[in-house]
Amino acid sequence: MNSEKIIETTKLTKAFGSFKAVNEITFDVKKGEIFGFLGANGAGKSTAMKMLTGLLSPTSGEATVAGFDVFTQQEKIKKNIGYMSQKFSLYDDLSLLENIKFFGGIYGLSKEQLNERGTAMIERLGLSDVSHKLLKEVPLGWKQKIAFSVATLHQPKIVFLDEPTGGVDPITRRQFWEMIYEAADNGTTVFVTTHYMDEAEYCNRISMMVDGRIAGYGSPKELKADFKSDNMDEVFVKIARGENYKIQ
Amino acid sequence: MSALKFILQKEFKQIFRDKGMLPIIFVMPIMQLMVLSFAATFDVKNIQLEVVDRDHSQLSQSLIEKYVASEYFNLVHFKHATDTKGTSLQEGSVNISLEIPNDFEKNIMQKTPVTLSAKVNAIDGMTAGISASYAQSIIQEFREEFVKANIGLFEQQNTPFEINFSMQNWYNATLDYKFYMVPGLLVLLVSMIGMFLTSMNIVKEKEIGTIEQLNVTPITKGEFIIGKVLPFWCIGMFVLSLGLTIAKLVFSVPMQGPIYLIFLFAMLYLFVVLGIGLFISTLADTQQQSMFIAWFFMVIFVLLSGMFTPIENMPVWAQKITLLNPFRYFIEVMRSVLLKGATWDDVKMNFFIIGIYAIVINTMSVLAYRKTNG
Repeated sequence: MNSEKIIETTKLTKAFGSFKAVNEITFDVKKGEIFGFLGANGAGKSTAMKMLTGLLSPTSGEATVAGFDVFTQQEKIKKNIGYMSQKFSLYDDLSLLENIKFFGGIYGLSKEQLNERGTAMIERLGLSDVSHKLLKEVPLGWKQKIAFSVATLHQPKIVFLDEPTGGVDPITRRQFWEMIYEAADNGTTVFVTTHYMDEAEYCNRISMMVDGRIAGYGSPKELKADFKSDNMDEVFVKIARGENYKIQ
Repeated sequence: MSALKFILQKEFKQIFRDKGMLPIIFVMPIMQLMVLSFAATFDVKNIQLEVVDRDHSQLSQSLIEKYVASEYFNLVHFKHATDTKGTSLQEGSVNISLEIPNDFEKNIMQKTPVTLSAKVNAIDGMTAGISASYAQSIIQEFREEFVKANIGLFEQQNTPFEINFSMQNWYNATLDYKFYMVPGLLVLLVSMIGMFLTSMNIVKEKEIGTIEQLNVTPITKGEFIIGKVLPFWCIGMFVLSLGLTIAKLVFSVPMQGPIYLIFLFAMLYLFVVLGIGLFISTLADTQQQSMFIAWFFMVIFVLLSGMFTPIENMPVWAQKITLLNPFRYFIEVMRSVLLKGATWDDVKMNFFIIGIYAIVINTMSVLAYRKTNG
């Protein structure tokens, strides 16, 4: 990990009418980092993530992702990121391999690259036997792993994961995190939201949103020290209850 | 452009894998064409006739026989003079109740004017008018035959001035309504595929969330839209070819003009209906919504297309609205090319208008479709 900032925001805001879903958030993510983006339901995480991935135009503030401006260069950002949503979003009526090739193709991979990386990925996931099965026929845990693989197939600079492990069993979750570490080791920056506080511990740094603002920001170790807590669960509860607005 | 190739591949795979949709796309239009062409007819046949004969003469009997012999009337009730019960019109089992008065024969022989009275069920005004005119023409025929047969009797009579009215039906000489309806139904079917399938297809991706996954990729709007629209364009052309084949083979619809004009027009026209479907998909968030909006347009387009009601018969304001209706232009082209043998010069205005329509509606849809929301 180096100190080069790959995501940088300054007072980034999204208002819907008079309601500020995201209220002047300022933070940065460093290259190669696993960055945990936490917050209670409705705190504004998804809105913030949509702005960073170019799905939503911000109202005010500044932000760059992979060096591109989120106001004006959204399509350039999209070339450099991967995205996996909490709302499961591969095609049920395509096979595993077809999904991989479709999204890879959309990102402009050549036929050779698709065959090579697609096959390699299927093998690494141990799904060679079922690669021609339709997606609807495989269990959720596998789907999540495939979705993650699809999001990283084009070797993006940053991969955004929106609650990637929601609803899967502990073993699959662990395997999933192994994949995340592997991606980070290969230099991909991982931006992940989660509700599991044990997963928050796996992150290099985290930020925690409350009511559209960032209420906690730092490494898990720092946060635990700041909030005098033994684990992230406690930190989360303390911050969510508004005991201390540390940063902003 | 390579992303376009991938999205086209995907769409075709998904369409042909969808076991629920496939029959709807290919079998339903054919069934609708076959069934509706026979059902949607303005021919008035099987008019249920009631006769109340108060005369019981030879002459009244031969008039009744004339009705029975005609292919248009079914004599379902016959009442005698003594029958005082009300007419069967009320209970709905007959369409026309014809009453032959007392002294029908006697008065005719004495050259006293007679009046036959007919009560017609006029809930459906058009059918009533046609039935009544059929009934009248039979009486007319009957009178003429009677006069001819009894020339001696009427010799000295000052025969009234007679107008001979001879009518010829052009373009559809046998007045076969199928020739009129089939081209219209074809337009309807092709348009339905365009509007419904396109809008539902895109909205379905919204519902299951895959559209977000696509919007976060670098795929361009153009690639996405062409990739979505082109498969249904192909299906539309296929259904049209199939429909024209059925029109020829099953209904023997005449094809007087150059068929390529219809295909050329359809190529352009499909972009209009697909564009409308696309536009609907930008307005709707669920498939139900898109269905409802599509139906809303569909009903207006069909009723104001000239398919059932001739446009010239509409009030002027409604005629003006039909100018905005793409169905109208395709139906005109279909009917005039197939039945009248129209050539390029006759339909070039329709090409021009629908071309502009295609550009406008697709520009609107492309502008309304957003990869990044406000």
